[in-house]
Amino acid sequence: MNVSEATAETRTAGDAAPARSAAIDIRGLSLTFQAGDQAVHALSDINLSIDRGEFVSLIGPSGCGKTTLMRVIADLERPTAGSISVFGGDPERARLGRAYGYVFQAPTLQAWRTVERNVELPLEIMGMSAAERRRRSRDRLALVGLTGFERKYPWQLSGGMQQRVSIARALSFDPDLLLMDEPFGALDEITRDHLNEELLALWAKTGKTVIFVTHSIAEAVFLSTRIVVMSRRPGRIIDVIDCPLPATRDLAIRDAPEFLEIAARVRRALRDSHSYDD
Amino acid sequence: MAARTAAYWPWDIVAAALMAPLPVALLVAPGPEGTPVQAIVSAVAALAAIALLLAGGRPPARPLRIVVAVLAAAGALAPLATLRDGALGAAGLTFLLYMLGYTVLLWRAFALLAMADMPRVVSRGLVAAAFGVALLWYWQVIVDWFLVPRALLPSPAAIGEALASETRLLWSDFQVTFFLSVLPGFAIGSLAGFLFALVVDGRPFLARGLLPLGSAFSAIPIVAVAPIMIMWFGSGPESKAAVVVLMTFFPMMVNTLGGLAIVDRMELDLMRSYGAGYWTRLLKLRLPTALPFIFNALKINATLAMIGAIVSEFFGSPLAGMGFRISAMIGRLNLEMVWATIAVAAVAGSLFYGLWALLERIFTFWHPSHRR
Repeated sequence: MNVSEATAETRTAGDAAPARSAAIDIRGLSLTFQAGDQAVHALSDINLSIDRGEFVSLIGPSGCGKTTLMRVIADLERPTAGSISVFGGDPERARLGRAYGYVFQAPTLQAWRTVERNVELPLEIMGMSAAERRRRSRDRLALVGLTGFERKYPWQLSGGMQQRVSIARALSFDPDLLLMDEPFGALDEITRDHLNEELLALWAKTGKTVIFVTHSIAEAVFLSTRIVVMSRRPGRIIDVIDCPLPATRDLAIRDAPEFLEIAARVRRALRDSHSYDD
Repeated sequence: MAARTAAYWPWDIVAAALMAPLPVALLVAPGPEGTPVQAIVSAVAALAAIALLLAGGRPPARPLRIVVAVLAAAGALAPLATLRDGALGAAGLTFLLYMLGYTVLLWRAFALLAMADMPRVVSRGLVAAAFGVALLWYWQVIVDWFLVPRALLPSPAAIGEALASETRLLWSDFQVTFFLSVLPGFAIGSLAGFLFALVVDGRPFLARGLLPLGSAFSAIPIVAVAPIMIMWFGSGPESKAAVVVLMTFFPMMVNTLGGLAIVDRMELDLMRSYGAGYWTRLLKLRLPTALPFIFNALKINATLAMIGAIVSEFFGSPLAGMGFRISAMIGRLNLEMVWATIAVAAVAGSLFYGLWALLERIFTFWHPSHRR
């Protein structure tokens, strides 16, 4: 607990240059679910600050509350203690202001809509004009490399392509924040590597703040500017690891010594978290 | 190996050709006494049947298939022509053997038809139509052969005559039943069930209170309430429509509720992340998800509405309607009219059901069960 607080605090202090405003600021946040007459402590005393333009990965064992933390940021879950601000306001305001795009584990595309109309779904809900919707869906689909698939139905696409549609949809309304919950978890490794490279390029191009939940150490190190290591339930932050790899990187970097060193640090932190419970 | 695949022997054609003299023999020498010619020919027919049974398997080339089809169709005419003159007497055995042989030939012809490389829709329709015609044919032959009393079972030809001569009456009966009872009852019942489901959805106390009541209600045979509806709404079409409303309400409500319940948690979260309100969630996510269930209810209701309206007309109605016609004509032993009305009801019911099945395919093309 002390370790997590200390690390998170130093990180916040170190990263928060006065001119830059934090995208996310979480202080002493806890969340307890009531399951029957048992209280489940999903998150415990989380302190985390994320700057605009960062790519932060949350990594930890299954059931450690990574997804819950992300859902709290998205205002899909309410914390039971502590405070959280998203772009300086409370999460509900951010949600209603469409400040973030959420990419789930599954593509969650609507089978009755074509690919382009899936991308346009949030724009439709926002009441955007048809012409503007079409322009944006074309643009975002090009961004994720799906030009030519606009009129297909999701079930005519491979799993990797479906997930790319879901990323295009999250980008359609140009949110400042991208929340990605194990988006490539269900894909094979080759597709996953490929999409990781694309995602990195996309992040460099758009400059969005990305929060990324993953199980994979290699994925986290490859993508992130910072890696938040979480422990098993009750979910706590046990370490925040900087990831100072060059901004443009390709998959070959995974064999570089500095990559392996960071990966080893993450692995150590995860192993320590296991010994907490066992 | 190669020899085996190459050695096709046109059993079908040989068998069909062997059977060909029989109808001629039957037509030339009909009568109460069997002739030696008929005895020989009947043995040939039995032989042909056995040959065909053994042949099976490999389909012949396309031109030969057409020959089989033509022979099968032509062979059907012989028994009809023979039987027109009445009793067969001793020729009955010959006739029986011919029917057996012909049945096997027909079997083979149908198998070839189902195998034919046509578009699936055409092939399905064709096989179904051929089966229907074959069924009518057997019906006609059996009625003529055994001289079945028309009060017991009129022949398809007699029913066809009734259909042709009483078209206007049958049409007006159909109009009364379908447009005044079935359609309004179906529309009101289904719509009310749908709207009620929207109200009940998300209010667990209503669901918990109403669903058991609903299933108890569906368990009682609803036509039993027809007399009560007639007391309430009079003997006109309104009381039948009321029965149909009662019959169609719960299937639609239960199905819609089921469809609204299957929505995925993640997809709801997605809508929430867009700040979508109740109506947006309903229109853009939950109703489309529930659509396959709703169409299922519409198909169930299409059948129930026809049954409900026709059966409740038995309990009292003015002098029109398909159910009324059936009960009135049974009383007069006019079985041809009874069957003609049943035929109209069957066709109307199938078309009404088919309409919803077609709309289902159009609107839920994306559902895994309809994807190409």
